[in-house]
Amino acid sequence: MQQTLSQPQTTVTASTRGNVTRARIAGALGVIIAIGLIAVVVSRVDPGKVSTLTIPQPGGQIGQPLARIPLPTVPTVIVIQTLLGLAGIYIAIRQPLRWIVLYVSALIGLAFFTILLWAVAGSSVDLVDVLARVVRLATPITLGALAGLICERSGVVNIGIEGTMLFSACIGYIAAILTGYTWLGVAAAMLTGSVVSALHAVLSVNFKVDQIISGTVINLLAVGTTGYLRGAFIVPYEQRSGAEIVAQALGRQQIPGLWRIPILGPVLFSHPPITYLMLILVFVVNLMLFRTVWGLRTRAVGEQPKAADTVGINVNRLRFWNVVGSGLISGLAGAWFSLESTFRFDDVMTNGRGFIALAAMIFGKWTPLGAFGGALLFSSADALQIKIQGFNFGLPRQFLQMLPYIVTLIVLAGIIGRARPPAAVGKPYEKG
Amino acid sequence: MAVPINAPLAPRRSWAISLVRGALVPLLAIVIALVIGAVIIWFSAPANRGTRLEVVLAAYRGLFMGALGSRGAIANTLVEATPYILAGLAVAFAFKCGLFNIGAEGQLFMGALGSVTVGFAVTGLPMIIHLPLALLAGALAGGLWGAIPGYLRAKTGAHEVITTIMLNFIAFRLMDYLIVSGPLRDPTASLQRTPFIQASAALPRFIGPVESPGLTGGQTYRPLIVTSDPAWNLRLHLGFLIALLAVWFIWWLLNRTTTGFEIRTVGANPEAARYAGMSITKNFVLAMFVSGALAGLAGTGQALGLERNIKSLFSSGYGFDSIAIALLAKSNPIAIIPASIFWGALNNGKGMMQAQAGISSDLIRIVQALAIIFVAADQIVRWIFRLRQSESDRMIFSRGWGK
Repeated sequence: MQQTLSQPQTTVTASTRGNVTRARIAGALGVIIAIGLIAVVVSRVDPGKVSTLTIPQPGGQIGQPLARIPLPTVPTVIVIQTLLGLAGIYIAIRQPLRWIVLYVSALIGLAFFTILLWAVAGSSVDLVDVLARVVRLATPITLGALAGLICERSGVVNIGIEGTMLFSACIGYIAAILTGYTWLGVAAAMLTGSVVSALHAVLSVNFKVDQIISGTVINLLAVGTTGYLRGAFIVPYEQRSGAEIVAQALGRQQIPGLWRIPILGPVLFSHPPITYLMLILVFVVNLMLFRTVWGLRTRAVGEQPKAADTVGINVNRLRFWNVVGSGLISGLAGAWFSLESTFRFDDVMTNGRGFIALAAMIFGKWTPLGAFGGALLFSSADALQIKIQGFNFGLPRQFLQMLPYIVTLIVLAGIIGRARPPAAVGKPYEKG
Repeated sequence: MAVPINAPLAPRRSWAISLVRGALVPLLAIVIALVIGAVIIWFSAPANRGTRLEVVLAAYRGLFMGALGSRGAIANTLVEATPYILAGLAVAFAFKCGLFNIGAEGQLFMGALGSVTVGFAVTGLPMIIHLPLALLAGALAGGLWGAIPGYLRAKTGAHEVITTIMLNFIAFRLMDYLIVSGPLRDPTASLQRTPFIQASAALPRFIGPVESPGLTGGQTYRPLIVTSDPAWNLRLHLGFLIALLAVWFIWWLLNRTTTGFEIRTVGANPEAARYAGMSITKNFVLAMFVSGALAGLAGTGQALGLERNIKSLFSSGYGFDSIAIALLAKSNPIAIIPASIFWGALNNGKGMMQAQAGISSDLIRIVQALAIIFVAADQIVRWIFRLRQSESDRMIFSRGWGK
């Protein structure tokens, strides 16, 4: 992650000794993972087997793929992991601090790639489909991270994003099946998101309730209320008028022209609408945060509320509206669950993505682009476990399902560096 | 940032006055939540059950009768309350150290796993050794699962709110693996579950008939007092007593020992604690270990006292409910008991509410969440009832990401 001037503060607070340890841990982790993966693959995979990666014709015609890349499984894994291990030794010895984040990202990404090669040994996998899936699955995590980031940059911790998403997914779905228009569902989801966030804003900004407690309350309320709505309304409605529900999941929209580009087309320009909105919002929020008056004020309020107050910014009003506005984005993330990725509502269908989003935000050091990078890391764990569930190989499915959560733990444990949040985050502002 | 919770220098008041003052806001919060619940019932009342008022009254009558209407109902309410007492205590204890343990659910899973594994795999021991061993295994498993986020928080600053949630998901998958396809699956059973525990590891019921070996995989579980009178066939088990003992132990640990003093000091003001020579790392890890062990015991009680094995999807919801109970009790160990019994009563009574008034039992979850909102945002309750706030009533638990 590049260091920009727009970071909260550029002064180095962590002691140098801490950074040295960090490099050693990252390097050691790399060496251990490399040795472990080589050992497992060599012992479990027949050396003659080949993993084939295919790249399909853009446009989705069935037929001869554009390219087939046959990779002999065992040698490829040995080469990749040896390089990674050697890089780990270099990192541990020379401690080039700016490379650690890149190294850990590469470490996790290539570990996933190795598991993919292992899973498809003797068979083939559509590589482009895996990459496109990574982008699609990053949608709720990125959107959640953007929402969290807007709140935290203005000094409000929002642990309730998970619950906000769940509420929005539920209400959005209800609106869609009632009106028959999926887009009205999306609008309802966004509105719900901002209303639920407004509750968080009222509790934490106006009533000065502990922000973590207030967010947790929203998560509790979401599980209870959506469970009630599903049992009391959605399921009976679906059973009564199953055939009459005309709305359906948001479909894939190809961007004219661009979607025919090989590889890049399917990965970036052939998605359903909320995924596009996510990609656009990453840049929009980045621009707004670092290039507009609103962004400057927001960052000021999150770092030095007292100073911001002195120059005439109404701290609590700005915080309130930022939290409410960020709810629109969490609402969009909620709509992704029930209106885009599938068209139904299940109990607790957000499955911790709201919390993973916060981890992505921390990974990205509270910047939109960094958060998107973090989200891609988590979603590739997701995509991997979904994609290779069909292949029968050594690892039980449950361990693959653990991957996103384990990656979150590793990232949070600060191997990429102790994250420094906005200075005033979590503190209610009282004039005076 | 943190304001001391029951700061030692607060002026002493008569215990009766502090009891009333302390309980007032939670009680009012419950009343408001029940009133809003009544409004929701009013508007969602099914048409074939009489007037809307009749439905509201029938719903709350059903709730009360289901929870406390008979000897069996009361016993079941206490059975329901048992895991809440332990898990709520777990969250409250971590709060005292300024840590927010949302991971009680995962620690509970690990506790149940640990105790059941010792319960069925170890054979030939007398009960007096086997049962404590199984309990200890459960507490230890939960405690270690809880100590991980404590250590990460102290050493790396990774916030426990996220790490405990992640460990919940990991525990859930691990359990799924072990029970569905892994080494703990009972190969003779068609159901996905572990084998039944040995009779010597079971937490016995207080009173009732001997449980039929036909339903328990050939094990014979005896209650403390054997009677064949169906009126005394109660599910209440020794775990309830263990929960009460745990409450006393935590109260004693917090208020009468140096360890408890250190934990409370670190919770109130880590900088001051560090300056006074206390180790933040040690206290974070210790507090999370004890917290995890309590949550683990909650799982142990469910597994050894009720289920006697673990099925897949063995529990859900205890993690969040335990936060609710800690808030309702304002992290006071003694107050955890009535808060848990209230929670258990709601859960135990909702079935009869649904049967008698046709109202979905999920409504109770909304009432519970509302009660928590009003307890957490006690300013709203004070504002509605024009109550004054005293400094010792403030409860600020947690800190932001950074420190």
